[in-house]
Amino acid sequence: MANKKIDSETGVETVGHEWDGIEELNNPLPRWWLLTFYACILFAIGYVIVYPAIPMLTKGTEGLWGWSSRGSLAAETAKAEASRKTLLAQLTATPIEQLAQNPELMRAAVSGGKAAFKVNCVQCHGSGAAGSTGYPNLNDDDWLYGGNLKEIEQTITHGIRQPGDDQTRPGALMPSFGRDGILTAAQIQDTVSFVRTLSGKEQASAGSARGAALYAANCVACHGPDGKGNRQLGAPNLTDAIWLYGDSRDAIAGSVTNAHAGVMPAWTTKLDTATIRMLAAYVHSLGGGEKFGLTPAPASAPTSAPTSAQAAAPAAAAPANAKP
Amino acid sequence: MESVVARAAVWLAVLFIAIMASAVAVDSAFAIHMVIVALAAFIALVATLRGANYSAKAVASPHDPSRYDDDPIRWGMIATVFWGMAGFLAGLYIALELAFPVLNFGEYINFGRLRPLHTSAVIFAFGGNALIATSYYVVQRTCRARLAFPGLARFVFWGYQLFIVLAATGYLLGVTQGKEYAEPEWYVDWWLTIVWVSYLLVFVGTLVKRAEPHIYVANWFYLAFIMTVAMLHLVNNIDIPVSWVGSKSYPLWAGVQGALVQWWYGHNAVGFFLTAGFLAMMYYFVPKQAGRPVYSYRLSIIHFWALIFLYIWAGPHHLHYTALPDWAQTLGMVFSVMLWMPSWGGMINGLMTLNGAWDKVRTDPIIRMMVMALAFYGMSTFEGPVMSIKTVNSLSHYTDWTIGHVHSGALGWNGMITFACVYYLVPRLWNRERMYSLRMINWHFWTATIGIVFYASSMWVAGITQGLMWREYGADGYLVNTFAETVAALHPMYILRAFGGLLYLSGAVIMTANVWLTIAGRLRIEEPLRSAPHDAAADRPLVATPAV
Repeated sequence: MANKKIDSETGVETVGHEWDGIEELNNPLPRWWLLTFYACILFAIGYVIVYPAIPMLTKGTEGLWGWSSRGSLAAETAKAEASRKTLLAQLTATPIEQLAQNPELMRAAVSGGKAAFKVNCVQCHGSGAAGSTGYPNLNDDDWLYGGNLKEIEQTITHGIRQPGDDQTRPGALMPSFGRDGILTAAQIQDTVSFVRTLSGKEQASAGSARGAALYAANCVACHGPDGKGNRQLGAPNLTDAIWLYGDSRDAIAGSVTNAHAGVMPAWTTKLDTATIRMLAAYVHSLGGGEKFGLTPAPASAPTSAPTSAQAAAPAAAAPANAKP
Repeated sequence: MESVVARAAVWLAVLFIAIMASAVAVDSAFAIHMVIVALAAFIALVATLRGANYSAKAVASPHDPSRYDDDPIRWGMIATVFWGMAGFLAGLYIALELAFPVLNFGEYINFGRLRPLHTSAVIFAFGGNALIATSYYVVQRTCRARLAFPGLARFVFWGYQLFIVLAATGYLLGVTQGKEYAEPEWYVDWWLTIVWVSYLLVFVGTLVKRAEPHIYVANWFYLAFIMTVAMLHLVNNIDIPVSWVGSKSYPLWAGVQGALVQWWYGHNAVGFFLTAGFLAMMYYFVPKQAGRPVYSYRLSIIHFWALIFLYIWAGPHHLHYTALPDWAQTLGMVFSVMLWMPSWGGMINGLMTLNGAWDKVRTDPIIRMMVMALAFYGMSTFEGPVMSIKTVNSLSHYTDWTIGHVHSGALGWNGMITFACVYYLVPRLWNRERMYSLRMINWHFWTATIGIVFYASSMWVAGITQGLMWREYGADGYLVNTFAETVAALHPMYILRAFGGLLYLSGAVIMTANVWLTIAGRLRIEEPLRSAPHDAAADRPLVATPAV
């Protein structure tokens, strides 16, 4: 190191090497740098002692504090479950009809239902519960099977058209009038014209007049003489603006030609009573929930209607089932 | 003459094998790749034959032994700028795809295929070309020797470009190993291995024939970068091809072992490609541009050995709270924490080298870029250890915070130091007095800096928002948000991020124009960056002038 010299700008000596004009000063390691480095090393040593760290023959050391990521997860889960225990027990013990009498429990149920909905229901009903074609919007007050807490709970618990669940929503099968040759294409068009007059989508016409007769002969049994549907059968109300499969002529003609029969899982096989109650409370809270005993017009219509409709339903479904 | 025949025979053989492999390929992507290889071999064959000295006269070598061998460096500068533009453009487009998913047209340019194209283009094409070119430049100057194996040095450059083309077209065609930063399939990996070993030979060969007694610190870092990347690449890419004429392979490592090997590779790609390699650039170009000696020789020794010893263990911090055993997670975390100061050693040595030349930050936009690069280097190498701490990681992992962290390092440190080196090298390599315009460098500095600020801050906000929303429980102990709701909440941040990327790209466009015009030999007549106003008439004491 014969070429050592003093750098004039800083007064520090160089180490005496030079490469392409670059020299190096002989500054010491900055003290704060060195001390921080040592502190990091000490921290690392301490951490290694108290946490699992050193691989041995069959497994790693467990550390003085006995921490493990599995143990930590189990503790957190247990804590969360404990914090929910009272609520879940209370919900399981409270029949859903009495939920409204306990506003605090109701609020907790709605909040829990909101979370459970995001895990279990959004796949079909959408994250805002607005549904899509074939999957009902749960924000409106149009209910295929009833919209009070008890009815919603039953629908969620037993599902719709679930074979093997004797309390499932039976959802009578609408005949595929076109596919099975019950009605001709022209007759279906006339029926569609009539059905669309029920909700004011079309003016009465010669076609709709012919359709009225076809409706009376084929549709009344389930959808009712006034077209307001039947919740016992899950027959939709045809007089409102809400159309599960679309309200265009083509969409309705499609439904008459090839009938739909939507299904929903029976959640009792996957969720506990408390969670189903929470889901019912949440769906009920979305805006269209109905009060107990406040059954709307169609169902409160002539008491004989459901009976006759029930009687008619198998008959109506028969042709569809009979033909291969 | 014999060597020409031998080389031509090799290229001819490659050409035949590629054509035959293309004909019997089991998938179309492999066939397309073999056509590309055949074209490359054909070009190499023609170049070999045309360059031959058939008359065997004793002509003077075209390469003057009294000058450094700078041709591959000139090509490397152009490739750096070209791939940089491609990579930044792809980055902007995928940022827009995230903000506006409607931009995901068709199968070839959806986010899933463009994302590796972006990362590989900026890291391996832009960064890799800058590293190869600057290492060729620095090793010759600091060894006072011409490149060893000049033919091999050229093969490294062109072979590396072929690797980039095969990798990039592969991503668009859907050829991928699905390993982050190691996406190219087995045959591209093999090709890169050949190129990389040649690179090691050229570099070590030049070190061996050096005329200086000692090896300069920049060369330690370059050597660590080349050797470690070779080791990482080999271990992480041990695959079994499904067919010798098909593009698919399966890795030897499976399950959590595969994950650990992948992140041992992935983290050290950051450590040795993006840190050690670029520190090597810093150690030559910062003292040269500042005209000052390196701050501390001792610090450079200690932080070099500490850095390369500690970095190699830090990979498991990418796998916190996974199936990886707890002891390995601890290892990854504590080594990352210990890595903080060794990383900062490079920043201190770079910044303190400016002692006695700090005034240049005002007047020299290249120095300004270097200072900003070192500042971002220091910031990201502090942020990294913080994020590796398990408590922090439980919030930050899988969120956009990671993306923000990577980009403050990549845009701020790697990008800025590379731009500074390009501005340093281009006038020297093409014998120009200076860059076409220093003011355009200043514009580049500011657009890039503001772009990084938009990018990093929007991703910090997005990442923390994401992390907090994912873990948010209501008062009754139930999760509050769906995943889709967290995505919707991030939308404004994604737009801001894309805006930051647009600014950064604009800066690179300015650089491209500046480099182009400099190479073309143009010189912009402009005011120097700062000249303090001087009024000679007012330069006198205020005294009453006696009446005449």
